[in-house]
Amino acid sequence: MAKDTNSTHNEFEKAEHKQEMQHQVISFVMMIIFTIAAFALVVSDVSKYFTIPIILLLAVVQVVFQLYYFMHMKNKDHEMPALMIYGGIAVAFMTILTFTTIIWW
Amino acid sequence: MSNEDILNPKQMPHEPEKATLEGKNKFLGFWFFLGGETVLFASLFGTYLALNDSTAGGPGTEELFGLELVFVMTMLLLTSSLTSVYAMYHMKNNNFSKMMVWLGVTVALGFTFLGFEIYEFYHYIHEYEFTFRSSALGSAFYTLVGFHGGHVLFGLLWILTLMGRNAKRGLNLYNAPKFYIASLYWHFIDVVWVFIFTVVYLMGKVG
Repeated sequence: MAKDTNSTHNEFEKAEHKQEMQHQVISFVMMIIFTIAAFALVVSDVSKYFTIPIILLLAVVQVVFQLYYFMHMKNKDHEMPALMIYGGIAVAFMTILTFTTIIWW
Repeated sequence: MSNEDILNPKQMPHEPEKATLEGKNKFLGFWFFLGGETVLFASLFGTYLALNDSTAGGPGTEELFGLELVFVMTMLLLTSSLTSVYAMYHMKNNNFSKMMVWLGVTVALGFTFLGFEIYEFYHYIHEYEFTFRSSALGSAFYTLVGFHGGHVLFGLLWILTLMGRNAKRGLNLYNAPKFYIASLYWHFIDVVWVFIFTVVYLMGKVG
């Protein structure tokens, strides 16, 4: 009896892992599409005031997929990782702002 | 129950990487480290953005960069990120041999990426005489991209060491967190590369 519950539990877990893997493959396909879109936009010689914001946006979306699906930040018990990485991003943003505008402008 | 039995259960728990206190600590500590890495790379990106017009009469970014090579390198690193996801999928299902196979594929892709990067630097130095010392752009470029390349090399050696050390041990609750953390590091390398190919290469080509 105990063995039985164990194996159904195991089946459930396996199905859950499979489900997660499917989401990760979908996010991989999305990341490939975003990458190709960014390269295509640069090659197609559109105005740089259009191209630069769009490719930066594509990069940010791609990184969100990477963090939330590949690095599992969408799963539960990831409050501390979110705090760490968003803390890092906040300081990173200020660092880049400082280097590019306040010092060199 | 001895310590050995606790670390080698008949059946792996739901999240083997966080089943022990040591694993939980590794997980939290590593994310703290990644937050710090984000800031480190931001300072290098900031420097590059501030100096990317300072060519000192040498070749500029538009002349130097070739998008074909960068595209291939991007695909390699992105695919290696997916293969390490496959490795972690098999880890969670307690399938040690398949996990090792996918980690092997990840390492192979990583070394191919590194080979292309070395070729790229070699090409810039010999065809354009664009070196670390030739301009402020050169210093900023090689520091940023080279630092990322150094991370790739470190990640590869890390994964290889883990694979070698645990080849005969199999998977248990002692080394599962180690594999998991190494795969997080590998994904983070890909995250940094996404910004490198966008900010350095694509924006460098747009002008």
